[in-house]
Amino acid sequence: MTAVIQARGLGKRYGRRWALSDCTLAIPAGRVVGLVGPNGAGKTTLLHLTVGLLAPTSGSIEVLGGRPAGSPAQLAKVGFVAQDSPTYAGLSVADHLRLGARLNPGWDDALARDRIGRLGLDPARRAGKLSGGQRAQLALTVGIAKRPELLILDEPVAALDPLARREFLQGLMEAVAEHELSVVLSSHLVSDLERACDYLIVLVDSRVRVAGAVEELLASHHRLSGPRRDPARLPADQHVVAASHTDRQTTLIVRTDAPILDPAWTVSQLGLEDLVLAYMGKPTHTAHTGRNHRPTLEVQR
Amino acid sequence: MIEFHLDTRSGLSPYQQLVRQVRQALRLGLLREGDQLPTVKDVVAQLAINPNTVLKAYRELEHEGLVAARPGVGTFVTATLADASLAAHGLLRQELRRWLAKARRAGLDEESIEALFMTTFRTAAEEDIA
Repeated sequence: MTAVIQARGLGKRYGRRWALSDCTLAIPAGRVVGLVGPNGAGKTTLLHLTVGLLAPTSGSIEVLGGRPAGSPAQLAKVGFVAQDSPTYAGLSVADHLRLGARLNPGWDDALARDRIGRLGLDPARRAGKLSGGQRAQLALTVGIAKRPELLILDEPVAALDPLARREFLQGLMEAVAEHELSVVLSSHLVSDLERACDYLIVLVDSRVRVAGAVEELLASHHRLSGPRRDPARLPADQHVVAASHTDRQTTLIVRTDAPILDPAWTVSQLGLEDLVLAYMGKPTHTAHTGRNHRPTLEVQR
Repeated sequence: MIEFHLDTRSGLSPYQQLVRQVRQALRLGLLREGDQLPTVKDVVAQLAINPNTVLKAYRELEHEGLVAARPGVGTFVTATLADASLAAHGLLRQELRRWLAKARRAGLDEESIEALFMTTFRTAAEEDIA
């Protein structure tokens, strides 16, 4: 399988702060990759390194077998929609398409016009007068009509309302089905991407915490709950991602490829959101400290 | 043609939900032999899900011998599940309703009924395997 993005020990430093450190990835082609992490984790830095807007401080990155932005051919293969779906406020929708056609050798004008028509956008309307959702759709149209092999989108839905968010992802998934492109999109909320992506990268504090095919991640992570015990005494092939304890109970998020055989555990499946939260180091629920199991009721007068 | 929908709280993965909805439609006679399933592009554009999810669901249905893909045309239903069992549904439903009424009279609420049904269902299924 060919990798669309191949990073080895990739790092980027700003002054004394590492925005991204020791990042090693091999992302297979034909995937929709969700890049998830809290704000400031290094998502934009990784995306900018991928499109060649930034040069690495350490390590290396190859995109579709070449150096990011290393040649005109390389530029034509990768599409990038930066944060907040940038458009030119003073230019009309038609101007954007004309600009796209001039700047991109592989421009698919029929596709662009068809999409604009189906979205019901008036070609004469200025981008500055469009709604947020429409601007995002315009930026996506330009990104798709470039006909890249890899399309990268930085927080494309963060600023959109739920309906516009759904419509945006519908359009994006349709393009993936039609043109077999690989996609990387970032978000600080995994719920935005849950249905769309089939590969996940969790980035926290400038480091990749976990990366892999969603299906494999879901199959290999389990929530174990049972009588209190020391996580260090688990079988060696069970890697503890997160642990929480009460005085009697222990709840663990565990990664393992082998079945859990210990009958003391109640094993349950983990949703993608819980899985991501476990890696972000946020407990998914607060453990009771023992004595007071009842929620405190606040009495209002 | 059927339309898919996804329930995020069902506990089933999106691909399993698609498979189940096709099977359900076949059982209820909503889909018959020769009917076309929505194209991958249509499903994806409607549900905003990953194309591979739809492909995986269709492959599983194909593996079960329920549908067949005709390259360049689409995916078509090749079998039916609405066999003789459909006739038995009415009677079974009646009995189930009677049982539900009994359960309510015995003081079970909805959750207890569901829990009782599911544990019995699972135990029976395990005994069948064993």
